[in-house]
Amino acid sequence: MQLTLWTYEGPPHIGAMRVATAMRGLHYVLHAPQGDTYADLLFTMIERHGARPPVTYTTFQARDLGADTAEIFKQAVAAAYERFRPQAMIVGASCTAELLQDDPAGLSRALGLPIPVIPLELPAYQKKENWGASETFYRLVRMLAGPPAETRPKASCNILGPTSLGFRHRDDLREVRGLLGELGIAVNVVAPLGATPADLGRLSEAAFNLVLYPEVARSAAQWLERTHGQPFVETAPIGVKGTTAFIEAVATLAGIDPSPVLSGEGSRLPWYSRSVDSTYLTGKRVFVFGDATHAVAAARVAAREIGFSVVGLGTYSREFAREVRAEAAHHGIEALVTDDYLAVEAAITAAQPELVLGTQMERHIAKRLGIPCAVISAPMHVQDVPARHAPQMGFEGANVLFDTFVHPLMMGLEEHLLAMFRDDPEFHDGVAPSHLGGRPREEAGTVVAAPVTATAPVVWSIEAERELKKVPFFVRGKARHNTERFARERALPLITVETLYDAKAHFSR
Amino acid sequence: MTAHATSLACGQKISQETRQEIRHERGQRAVFCGLTGIVWLHRKIQDAFFLVVGSRTCAHLIQSAAGVMIFAEPRFATAIIEERDLAGLADAHEELDRVVRRLLERRPDIKLLFLVGSCPSEVIKLDLGRAAARLSGDFAPDVRVLSYSGSGIETTFTQGEDACLAALVPDLTRSTDESLLVVGALADVVEDQFSRLFADLGIANVRFLPGRRAADRAPIGPNARYLLAQPFLADTARALEDRGVTRIPAPFPLGAEGTTLWLAAAASAFGIPPARVVAVTEAGRARAARALQAHRAALSGRRVFFFPDSQLEVPLARFLSREMGAELIEVGTPYLHRAHLAEDLALLPDGTAVTEGQSLDDQLDRCRAARPDLTVCGLGLANPLEAEDLPTKWSIELLFTPIQGYEQAGDLAGLFTRPLARRARLEA
Ligand code: SF4
Ligand code: SF4
Repeated sequence: MQLTLWTYEGPPHIGAMRVATAMRGLHYVLHAPQGDTYADLLFTMIERHGARPPVTYTTFQARDLGADTAEIFKQAVAAAYERFRPQAMIVGASCTAELLQDDPAGLSRALGLPIPVIPLELPAYQKKENWGASETFYRLVRMLAGPPAETRPKASCNILGPTSLGFRHRDDLREVRGLLGELGIAVNVVAPLGATPADLGRLSEAAFNLVLYPEVARSAAQWLERTHGQPFVETAPIGVKGTTAFIEAVATLAGIDPSPVLSGEGSRLPWYSRSVDSTYLTGKRVFVFGDATHAVAAARVAAREIGFSVVGLGTYSREFAREVRAEAAHHGIEALVTDDYLAVEAAITAAQPELVLGTQMERHIAKRLGIPCAVISAPMHVQDVPARHAPQMGFEGANVLFDTFVHPLMMGLEEHLLAMFRDDPEFHDGVAPSHLGGRPREEAGTVVAAPVTATAPVVWSIEAERELKKVPFFVRGKARHNTERFARERALPLITVETLYDAKAHFSR
Repeated sequence: MTAHATSLACGQKISQETRQEIRHERGQRAVFCGLTGIVWLHRKIQDAFFLVVGSRTCAHLIQSAAGVMIFAEPRFATAIIEERDLAGLADAHEELDRVVRRLLERRPDIKLLFLVGSCPSEVIKLDLGRAAARLSGDFAPDVRVLSYSGSGIETTFTQGEDACLAALVPDLTRSTDESLLVVGALADVVEDQFSRLFADLGIANVRFLPGRRAADRAPIGPNARYLLAQPFLADTARALEDRGVTRIPAPFPLGAEGTTLWLAAAASAFGIPPARVVAVTEAGRARAARALQAHRAALSGRRVFFFPDSQLEVPLARFLSREMGAELIEVGTPYLHRAHLAEDLALLPDGTAVTEGQSLDDQLDRCRAARPDLTVCGLGLANPLEAEDLPTKWSIELLFTPIQGYEQAGDLAGLFTRPLARRARLEA
């Protein structure tokens, strides 16, 4: 048993719902008790869908347990077919029905419906939402993709991965379509978002696949590569460098010259990063956490395109731990792979970052610690489905990222002014920037009563503590952290005023 | 059972006194399970912790129902059953003990721990009652451990509160004094208003269930009476009656009329003359009347459709039709407790269509055909109906907002008029 306060991912059948809801002409019959219908509101409230998800729940009750639940399931499948007349159906069990072992696959086969009915096995006690989405999409593609097409125009591709309730998938898709249009590459099928089962039958007519979100589409793309000989591109077009690499990879596969597109207008991010106001961004300590795709991409953009220092990087996607560990190694840190929200909180507290790029959960952690934060990844919140176009991908996505990462921070000039006027009463230490609510900040250092690291505790002398107080509050966390690290590395038992300035000299850049 | 997924409607009039047409429907339901009650119960009992023993789905449900995370460390959590827990029950009990131990070490402020059963824990027959008794022994006297089921196969939405309160009843102390127990979670502010009214009426010894703290264990016995403040408390009522407490029948305290009748029922049970009730409630009634007046024009003559959700539907329908002049198209409710709702049912207009149970798609068809002016429904259905240009009031707010009593009557009406007023603004 795992004690869980908040979860980053739902159960695997939620992933299946994200695929079903994204598609058209597909219906999902889920063998589940009534409470599981809460899942509807994820789509109708968070994503503001104007229709119920295409899902029928059997909503069996205790009195049905025994022989009856299988019958209820069969009737639900038959009734859903009659009412919705989908092109294809997926059927499966949620956690409770999995224990009943009613065999949705056999029961639905016995009905002999005139459409493809695809049974899903989503082990609810082992797997989670993204795995469920990936498995569902893979099963659908396996079942419905037609035989390899005879001719495939070289400059044609499928876009795989966008789902319902995906972080900015709607907007990313528009950007990626735009890039492909500029390159002159035809989009054959986009799936799951907006595709019908019949569209999946045409997947093999494209020369190659673009996997926008490997969490959802990698297994399907690998299968298409193996059986249909379609190569795929998995480079995330996030940030200017990511987008450039993506364009180059795509152009190579399509046999096209990318230079006209690459020399085009591009993004404002590179110039904004170089402009003098951005000097203050140099080396800002950021902590990044999210799904693997967005966390890795955010870390890259933060370090290589904005000039931050990545002091923490982690993911809740265990399936993609390898990728995240590799990226963390580039930043000289160790990746945090966990879905325990308390462990993430402890890691952020210990790292004392100046900016957190995370999920809604980290937003709450950061708010408590008084650290600015921007949201870069699911789990989804109604705020993550903005009315405006706000992609993460492509050149416009890079513009959005610049604003997203930088706006929570104080503006550069402001920071200087605060330093100059820090003894004025208006700027006393307890005052946070007004855009962070103007409430007194909790000092990060005092929150870590016992640092989570196993290393020996370092003790501050009273004088050194007093001296530290004179350091402007917005860099004090960093000063404390660096000094402690300096002392620990040298096994100094006590931090004195001397140590403080030795450390400052050591770390000054 | 022959027709589940399709609807099975047996519309027959049930009795002379309740002149409503009560139909039963079976099929797909669109309601939360009883775990949802944790979202308001944990705020009510301030030193209690709710540990769901369930699946990732259960954890996700509570998180979604609560909105995104509001608290760093909420007083609820899920012990998520994993593959290996399914292998052996003995080990599952050991695992549960380990989780509880870790939890209580972290949270010394917890005085009452509820182990909350879920569909998976029930299907694998994990005996949480036994676990609670064992853990209570281990942690007494600092922490009491109780258990109840919030599972979706046993409980619908508000029935989770019923199961929780029923679990508290054996834990109440015993007394032979005359007293009044008000049953059902109310906002503190509402409780305080009612306390003052009961005191003014001259009813001494008034206690509330649940209490605000684990230590508030109201004394009950053969001379105690209970008054339900919520209509979904069948099991709690039965548990109280097993301990000799008698029920005071009354309509529910929603709206000015409901509140007056509710208070009057209590007063009459304690032999307090009606004149006293009139005098004590006069100011409250006048304020409520003024507050309701402001909303009546917006609701009068409006046609309202209720999807089954909280079991509050019947008293709410009574309020809307009698005090606000609304017209009732269909009053859906997941369960209809005929005895507890007798007084409210009797006040519904003759021939009101009451539906017990649900067959979602059939009910949606009826709702679309009727095109009501206002549809009261769960969160999953609200936006789809709005997208079809049918104004909605999502019902979970009726559990999270103080709506009982005179001072809240206007707020209650406001919950129904706001969606209409909003439309009027946007369409102006
Ligand atoms: S219906 Fe059952 S399995 Fe689903 S969330 Fe409720 S208790 Fe958990
Ligand atoms: S709101 Fe205040 S602190 Fe924030 S950026 Fe503007 S001026 Fe600076």
